[in-house]
Amino acid sequence: MLEGLVFIVMGLIAIVCAICVVFQKNPIYSAVFLIQTMVSLAVLYVLLHAEFIAAIQVMVYAGAIMVLFVFVIMLLNLSSGDVEGGKDKLILQKTSAIILGLILFAVIGVVTVKTVLHGTQGEYTPEYISRIGNTQLVGKLLFTDYVFPFEIASILLFAAVLGAIILAKKEIKE
Amino acid sequence: MIPLSWYLILSGILFTIGVIGVLTRRNAIVIFMCIELMLNAVNLAFVTFSRQLNSMDGQIFVFFIMTVAAAEAAVGLAIIVALFRNKGSVNVDDMNLMKW
Repeated sequence: MLEGLVFIVMGLIAIVCAICVVFQKNPIYSAVFLIQTMVSLAVLYVLLHAEFIAAIQVMVYAGAIMVLFVFVIMLLNLSSGDVEGGKDKLILQKTSAIILGLILFAVIGVVTVKTVLHGTQGEYTPEYISRIGNTQLVGKLLFTDYVFPFEIASILLFAAVLGAIILAKKEIKE
Repeated sequence: MIPLSWYLILSGILFTIGVIGVLTRRNAIVIFMCIELMLNAVNLAFVTFSRQLNSMDGQIFVFFIMTVAAAEAAVGLAIIVALFRNKGSVNVDDMNLMKW
């Protein structure tokens, strides 16, 4: 009962904040609303017994990635009027985008509701997870079954750091 | 116990809002934030399926998606900074060099 209430409240907060992300004029407000969406999604992850994912959602997404966004917004020093002020180059762009989005949502909804989702049940029931601990299980899987993707991820992050530095550094004139 | 299809519907709603944002906004940074929103919606679906099938693989996948999202945010924002330095604007309508 309490679980359902938490789901409804957090789901509504997530949806309203996501709509605000799209329709705010000032990008810094969009960033703040996106942080709120991510935090409420973290609460939903806790409801789904994924505590480790909830923690890194708050730390990595709401913490690290969004701080990067806010830094760039402040670095570029955009005022709210200069970007969105111009006229539509495509006729009826906003209307058709919203109509197409609603069609997409209808398709997703029909597929979700009509399809009966089957699959082989794994061994990690909530009781088993709560006995051992979610974080410990994730760590064990990362360093046994998924150790190769884990190493690839570290190379990917290294490449991203190098790429970001090279792209964003100032050209030095000889 | 909440039916898990509710989570999938919520994930679909968030994904749709992200798509509408990408299609309607002009500010490159806001478009980028909408992409992050879509990634979050997919993460929610992954965690829901992981819970439904009593499997940990979905959560491991979300871990890797977050890694890729961090790398993507770093490179993408660097591209936006470089574009702003060259063009003086982050409006995607101004970026039409490769337009036929």
